[in-house]
Parts: sequence; structure tokens; C-alpha cells
Amino acid sequence: MSGAAIAGERRDIAAADLHDGMAALKAEGYNVLVDLTCVDYLALKREPRFDVIYRVMKLDAAEGRDLGRVEVHCAVGVEPVLRSVRDLWPVADWLEREVWDMFGVGFIDRPDIKRLLMYESFVGHPLRKDYPIAKRQPLIGPKSGEKADSPSFNILRPTVVGE
Amino acid sequence: MPLEETIAPAGTMTTQIDAALGWARKYSIFQYPFVTACCGMEFMSTAASHYDLDRFGAGFPRFSPRQADCLMVVGTISHKIAPVLRRIYDQMAEPKWVIAFGVCTCTGGFYNNYSTVQGIDTIVPVDLYIPGCPPRPETVIQGLVLLQEKIQKTGGRPRRTTEVLG
Repeated sequence: MSGAAIAGERRDIAAADLHDGMAALKAEGYNVLVDLTCVDYLALKREPRFDVIYRVMKLDAAEGRDLGRVEVHCAVGVEPVLRSVRDLWPVADWLEREVWDMFGVGFIDRPDIKRLLMYESFVGHPLRKDYPIAKRQPLIGPKSGEKADSPSFNILRPTVVGE
Repeated sequence: MPLEETIAPAGTMTTQIDAALGWARKYSIFQYPFVTACCGMEFMSTAASHYDLDRFGAGFPRFSPRQADCLMVVGTISHKIAPVLRRIYDQMAEPKWVIAFGVCTCTGGFYNNYSTVQGIDTIVPVDLYIPGCPPRPETVIQGLVLLQEKIQKTGGRPRRTTEVLG
């Protein structure tokens, strides 16, 4: 299959119409939510800053054939304005939690959005382009980076700045 | 009470008990494999019959920290799993040793990022570092022999912070 066929047709949907647009796609027969991810366009100084990307596929489950794909881009800011699509594709639950965890893009119309990958006491959203690259937030262990109790001569010291 | 004091009553000076205990302990290492990542494949290769850790008395993995002597940390440790590792270390009975297996456990390796512990020696004391990504089984076996030398020299006494082995 060529790259274009995998990427599928691109559609841009405004944040306010997102849930309706996704429901229409579901009604068209796009029964699989392949991926839900996000891109931070901070470096381009674009407004609004994020693109939340939904990739859906029309899967013929009986034949196991891919009957076409669509990639939906939805420009959003930091404020939670997107309605959750959990009711259409239950798999969106964890994917939305991941987007919230990594990028801090919120979703409304859904209960209990919490971090999926990082721990609860983590501050910030690490895949944002303005997250400091050298920032370290150890859950346990010395923040200054000294060794626990080791007689070793390990001179590679961790870079601990920020929190 | 440490085994040494059980054998030798108070006021007795011993010269050979440490050597005997070290000899016994170095050939009966019960390991706890804390396997989190791809180094685990190399660990399995080392433990399996071709390289055969059992030749060195370390062929018996215990999957309970309370029955283990040697914590082998194999694979990347993230900040999220770090409290688990610390808790397992705390549950092990003395005498105990820790091996950092692979560069991720030694220094964080190439994962110098927000999620990875930059060397497990920031959370637990480490006796032996085995570098490599992943280390070859020969490297692991050499490391194990070095650990056995260390156990022989110390007789398995509990760690002192300032201790530096010659």
C-alpha cells in the first residue's frame, strides 16, 4: 500500500464542530479510530497552537480489508474545548488521556481525565515544545543528583535543573 | 543478629570465618531479576544453558525479594517505576548486592530525558556496573565473577558507606 493511501484524505474540522464531524465519519462507516495524537506548532508561532489529529479507518472486519482512511486535523489552544469522542470509539479514552498527559490539551464531556504515562505528581506536559529539555522531576531520589550510597567512581552526573 | 556473631561469641577475634562465609556466599547467589527492558533478552541468554550462569552458583532466580541476595536491575528504569525498585531493594534481607545491568541502569544511557532515572545509583546503592547496550553474556559473566571476588573479600558484611574495595 502506498504512503498516500495509508495517510488517507485530510480534513480540517473546527474545534466547535469536532464531535459532530467525527460522528458523521462514524456514520459513514469509519469504524476504527487508528490514532489520536497531537502536534505542537509553537516554533511556527501559530495560533491556535496545537493540532489534535484523529486518524480513522474503514475496516471490513469480515474480510480484513482496509477500505479507506481519513486524517482529521483540529486546531486547538490550551483551553479544553474539544468534546471527547469516547462515546463513538471507546479506545479514545486512553488516547485522550495520553494527549492530555503529554501536551496538556484538555477534553470536555468526559469524566476522570488523568495522566496516562507520567505519575500524578509530575508538573507540566513534557512533549510541549516549551518544556525545558534538561528539566528533571524525580519521583524519588535526590534532586541534586548525588548518589544514594555508592562507592563507585561514576562521574557522569545527571543534569538536574528546574523542579 | 549477623551470622558472624552467632558463630563467634562476643570477645572472640576471628580470622577465618569471613573467608569461609565469603566462600559460601559467593557460590550461592540467589538473584532477583528486575527486568524492565530489552537487556532482559541478553539476561535470558546468559542464564540459559549456552552461557549457563549456574556454573557460577547464580543460576537460581528467586522472584521474591525476601529470598534473594542479589538484585539484578536489567533495563531502563523510569521515574515512575523507581519507587517500586527502591521498595524491592528495601525488602531484601542483608547481606544483599545490586548489579546495574546495561548502560540504562548505569547512567541512563541515551535516555537523557524527562522520564528516565539517570543511573539507578541515585536511588539504590550499586555494587557492580555492567556497561553495554546490551552487554554481551561474556561481559555479564565477567561482572558476576568480579562480584564474587567482592563477596569473598568482604565476607558478605553489610555495606558501609565509605567502603572502597581495593
